[in-house]
Amino acid sequence: MKLYNRQFLKRIVLSTVITVLTIHAVAQTDVDALMMSKNNFCTGFMVGHSSWKNYWEGPLKRDNQNLGTVSSNMIGIMGNYGIKDNLNLLFSVPYISNAASAGTLVNRQGIQDITLTLKWMPIETTIGKADFALYALGSYSAPLTNYVKDYLPLSIGLGSKNIMARLMADYQLGNFFTTLSGAFFSRSNVTIDRTAYYTTRMHYTNQVEMPNMANINFRTGYRSGKGYAEAILDIMQTNGGFDISRNNMPFLSNQMNATRVGLGFKYNFGKVEGLSAVGNAMYTVTGRNMGQAASINLGVFYILDFTKSSNSKNESDETK
Amino acid sequence: MKQNNLFILCLFTTLFLIGCDRNITEQNTVYEPLNPSNIDANAGDWKPVVLSIPNEFPLAAPTATNAAAYNRELIEIKGFQATLTDAQRASIKYWSAGGVLRWNEIMRELVAKRNLPPVNNADGSYPIPSPANPFGYPEYPFANPPYAARAYAYVSVAQYDALVAAYYYKRLYNRSAPYAIDGNIKPLVPATNLPSYPSEDAVIAAVSVEMLKLLFPADIAYIQQKADEHMLARIMAGMNTRSDIEAGVQLARQVAAKVIARASTDNMSRAVGTPAQWAELESQTAATGEIPWISTESPRRPPMLPFFGKVKPFLFDSLTTIALRPGPPPSTKSERLRNELEEVRRYTKSATRQEIAIVHFWADGVGTYTPPGHWNAIAANDFVKQRYSEVRWARNFALLNMAEMDAAITCWDTKYFYYNPRPTQMDPSIKTNTGIPNFPAYTSGHSTFSGAAATILGHLIPDRASAYNQMAKEASESRIYGSIHYRIDCEVGLIQGAKVGNFAILRAKNDGAN
Repeated sequence: MKLYNRQFLKRIVLSTVITVLTIHAVAQTDVDALMMSKNNFCTGFMVGHSSWKNYWEGPLKRDNQNLGTVSSNMIGIMGNYGIKDNLNLLFSVPYISNAASAGTLVNRQGIQDITLTLKWMPIETTIGKADFALYALGSYSAPLTNYVKDYLPLSIGLGSKNIMARLMADYQLGNFFTTLSGAFFSRSNVTIDRTAYYTTRMHYTNQVEMPNMANINFRTGYRSGKGYAEAILDIMQTNGGFDISRNNMPFLSNQMNATRVGLGFKYNFGKVEGLSAVGNAMYTVTGRNMGQAASINLGVFYILDFTKSSNSKNESDETK
Repeated sequence: MKQNNLFILCLFTTLFLIGCDRNITEQNTVYEPLNPSNIDANAGDWKPVVLSIPNEFPLAAPTATNAAAYNRELIEIKGFQATLTDAQRASIKYWSAGGVLRWNEIMRELVAKRNLPPVNNADGSYPIPSPANPFGYPEYPFANPPYAARAYAYVSVAQYDALVAAYYYKRLYNRSAPYAIDGNIKPLVPATNLPSYPSEDAVIAAVSVEMLKLLFPADIAYIQQKADEHMLARIMAGMNTRSDIEAGVQLARQVAAKVIARASTDNMSRAVGTPAQWAELESQTAATGEIPWISTESPRRPPMLPFFGKVKPFLFDSLTTIALRPGPPPSTKSERLRNELEEVRRYTKSATRQEIAIVHFWADGVGTYTPPGHWNAIAANDFVKQRYSEVRWARNFALLNMAEMDAAITCWDTKYFYYNPRPTQMDPSIKTNTGIPNFPAYTSGHSTFSGAAATILGHLIPDRASAYNQMAKEASESRIYGSIHYRIDCEVGLIQGAKVGNFAILRAKNDGAN
């Protein structure tokens, strides 16, 4: 019997969860404990919607009648190529459109950041009757356009170049799996359009130092040849940064934290080989300097097989 | 397989080690120590603003430099210099860039910190910050543009007057600086021949403390800490003795008291107005057949300082405020206004990235040092290159900030006389690229501030005059790109500001500093 994490390798990460503060778009594209096999290329697109009415101004939860409900819509192209069976290269490019239902601020939209991720599975073994795998991920992301950064909460991104390192462990017993991962983000300075700004002191520069971020992601659920269903817990923490002062606007280097829970799924359409649908719904339970977002994402993906001699799309492992 | 894994491991490690360069050099941290090209030894003859004469307040003669008491003061300096810590050296270096400069920066910082509109109450009304209770929410002050313009002006004027008085006594008593009296004391900042009694730095620090206590009472602890650091830095640098400092503090407090007396009777306390007065503003404009301004905030916020136009100006009298008031804006029903709206609408839809950058560069909205603060920052960067003496720094900031305050007065007078609606009120489909200010449109505050600042700064530094005018034009037009203002608001505002700037030039030509 083959290992599940080999069987279901035709997957692209499904869980791009956007929030209006779109940092999560970068964070969530790689947290599946699944690999593409060598020379297979999986691509597709996702759409997402998220919105919030309440937000945290530092620790204080409030609404704002001059923003109303802030909503964000996303359409993204994503792909995952199997360089080797245990080494994948992933990319994603989202287009984001943000709007506030009240107030006078112009809405913002545009192509945001490209994220390139190397996903490596150095360990794949069995522990008793269970399968265990360890993954290491490294990613780089950077803005593709000169979008407006200093315009929160409506800017489509924060504009930093980011480097991420993630360690992920996956444990599966029968059809039940658990995936736990932790990530660290290092972010570059961001250049804004003004030459002075106040955080907790005055800064005379157009450069904004962005604090590091950390993420813990936990998912557990049921996997089979048909796909999976999972529950998700995601904790995003900014190490440093400052709170939005009373009735001020948010700023790029705020301490943005969010703890989110949600459900996700993947479904493999048996009739069309290599075609799958993915989706999730997330809700922010606690946060700091961020909106209390509810979000939903849906995507469709298809696997192309570039294996020279293959005439079977290398789908044998889907036949569980 | 093993080799491959090693390769991949290296790849990951490299990716991680690339890291991100995070070094940021902030512009105000690289200023050179102040080394005036002219010490302005005769500034005691310059014309003060609020004081009637430079020696209006007496200052006792200092002890002789051969007295035992003075010698003990020298020993204090030597004690510091023998054991200077890195933090003390950093403090000396920080303050060496110039006292007026650093206190101007501190002021800008306080404005940015306090420039936050209060949150509404549950019943939809808005609390008004009170100087009687500065720490309770809403903390006092809400340092909006008119408040800030006036604060910058009063602090700058008080610094200038106190320094003119100080320079008067410096020349009169002509006591040398400690490093000139005792060869064992090293000047740790550029030395000049300026007499050191009373200390010009103590004057600047103490007069700033007194003024800022009035204007930013919730920040007294921070302000006092800065002042103590400032004065100590001058002792440690070998520039002043303790008695130089104390004389400076004593003189400064008397000057500050007179300036504060002016501030407490300049009508600012009535600038907020009452609900009845706010309603009257609306009804009197409606009575002319024009559409009156309405707050587009939700819930509707009372207009920002509607009676600031009645504040007593520095450069002219209140009758001149009225005489300076420009003619009316285009009627809200006119073809002209429809055309102006059309232009604003165009920017809502299709402002370029470059235009948005201009909007944000000049926005100076909530949580910033405001447009007058922006012009102070521009001036400071240029003044540094001019190598002014402390008293000339103070004089030029006083000229700039009197012009900015008076620009605010004439602009607010105009805004509330015509009570003209914003483009977003006339057409709710118009969206803005920055926050919409909560006061009438005509004339543009940014344009008036910028016109006034560019005019006086161009007089002070003629080489930069065309650059200043260019900046003022850009600041002015940024409000059209942002869909905040009609073009007419900006064009008339710029001209209006230049008129105010000319009053400042008139003063500059006659204050004895040339």
